[in-house]
Amino acid sequence: MQVDGISLTSAIDWLQYSLDVRGPRDMIATHDERLRGRLHLMSETDRPTAIEDRGYSHPEALVSTDWLAERLDDPSVRIVESNEDPLVYPSGHLPGAVEVDWSRDLNDQIRRDYLQRDGFEKLASRLGITPETTVVFYGDRHNWWACYAYWVFHLFGHTNARLLDGGRLRWQQEGRPLTRDVPAYEPTAYEAPDRDDRTVRALRDDVLRHVDAGLPLVDVRSPEEFSGERLHLPDYPNEGALRGGHIPGAANIPWARAADAETGCFKSADELRAIYEDEGGLALGDDVVVYCRIGERSSHTWFVLSRLLGYDSVRNYDGSWTEWGNLVGVPIEK
Amino acid sequence: MSAELPAGLAELLELLSMLERSERIDTLISIAERFRDVPPEIAERPFSDEHKVPACESEAYAWARPRTDGTLDFVFAVENPQGISAQAMAVILSEHLSGETLERVAAVPGDVVYDIFGRELSMGKSMGLMGMVSMVTASAKRALGGPMLAAAGASTLPANS
Repeated sequence: MQVDGISLTSAIDWLQYSLDVRGPRDMIATHDERLRGRLHLMSETDRPTAIEDRGYSHPEALVSTDWLAERLDDPSVRIVESNEDPLVYPSGHLPGAVEVDWSRDLNDQIRRDYLQRDGFEKLASRLGITPETTVVFYGDRHNWWACYAYWVFHLFGHTNARLLDGGRLRWQQEGRPLTRDVPAYEPTAYEAPDRDDRTVRALRDDVLRHVDAGLPLVDVRSPEEFSGERLHLPDYPNEGALRGGHIPGAANIPWARAADAETGCFKSADELRAIYEDEGGLALGDDVVVYCRIGERSSHTWFVLSRLLGYDSVRNYDGSWTEWGNLVGVPIEK
Repeated sequence: MSAELPAGLAELLELLSMLERSERIDTLISIAERFRDVPPEIAERPFSDEHKVPACESEAYAWARPRTDGTLDFVFAVENPQGISAQAMAVILSEHLSGETLERVAAVPGDVVYDIFGRELSMGKSMGLMGMVSMVTASAKRALGGPMLAAAGASTLPANS
């Protein structure tokens, strides 16, 4: 650390304060206990219905905390945490888990786009992942960024991927261990195919054709964003989009409705069908495009529709409202 | 910008600007660990929506309590136990803006969140953190602008804009 430009006394005071407050690694237990004070710790009777009993089309896409706890040291499994908040993984993560940061690891650092093949290969190699590795994603906030990472891995054909049902929240509710130790794995040689932007990803021209054809879309943003009422914070005009509203024909189904608010686990297939089909008007077999503001919340809904409910044709429009709301001449509904 | 900020906040920003990313993260986690929930004498759950920080995914709430000298104390609740950035932001705002002159509090820019957390914040996260700043500065502006503060006595003002 450099101390030029600031009084050395201040820097030392600050570091001492930091040590006093944070302490050694085992202090994580104290912090975790404090966090648990605001968590609803689960008892045996609070356990959600078993994944295989919820009626999903692809129950293998989810793993339970029990399943993962038995495989923390399994070399064929790589646990990947992905969050929106950059402070969450360093504050404590599942033993053996590596971090994938949506901004630094998954996005191209110049263009608005994802990694190309060579970038993905380097990422997978650094994380010690081979094409045969079972990658289990989890994260904060009902796994929203974990779903995003899961979806990006699918763009490169890494479909041997699972999601931890309930994510970090569930793990912590069960009082399971976290650590601040960051693991290092032997780099692998990973050969990935070119990124597939056609099967699970929609680009703006795809969406225009989709709208013209009258096919279903799901806008997973909040009702305020969907209506165009909320574009930005007061005093911070035009954060993200010049126009408010939604893509014509889209149904508004906020993404988090798919998860149980208390446990973070996904709702049963019957409950999900009631939301997406009875309320949202979708039907199995539909060709669906989902979107939000930048594609992270909608990757969660993409997971629900494609993995849990078995929709074969679901694409995530990651350009989402930050692209559509700024495009010249595209149709908008309010 | 730093010259207009409260001295403690300016010093923190200067320190953070010199840290590598991992050091910055460790420092902010240390700060977050000092987070204390709003005391029950100020508010108890369920909290009123008028104290809810707009656009904050971590479900943060903010209160501004007047001191006898006319300045304000700021306290927060963060309902998402994984909202560690929101907890760090709450500690920073509470420690460095409580008791400061209302003019200085009102002048804190929302984009101070980028000086604290770095530019890699997602838009959603930055909007939520800016919302916390906005709640605090709005309460200072309101206290500066009206007789409400004096009339409020020791009661708690909503830190809402």
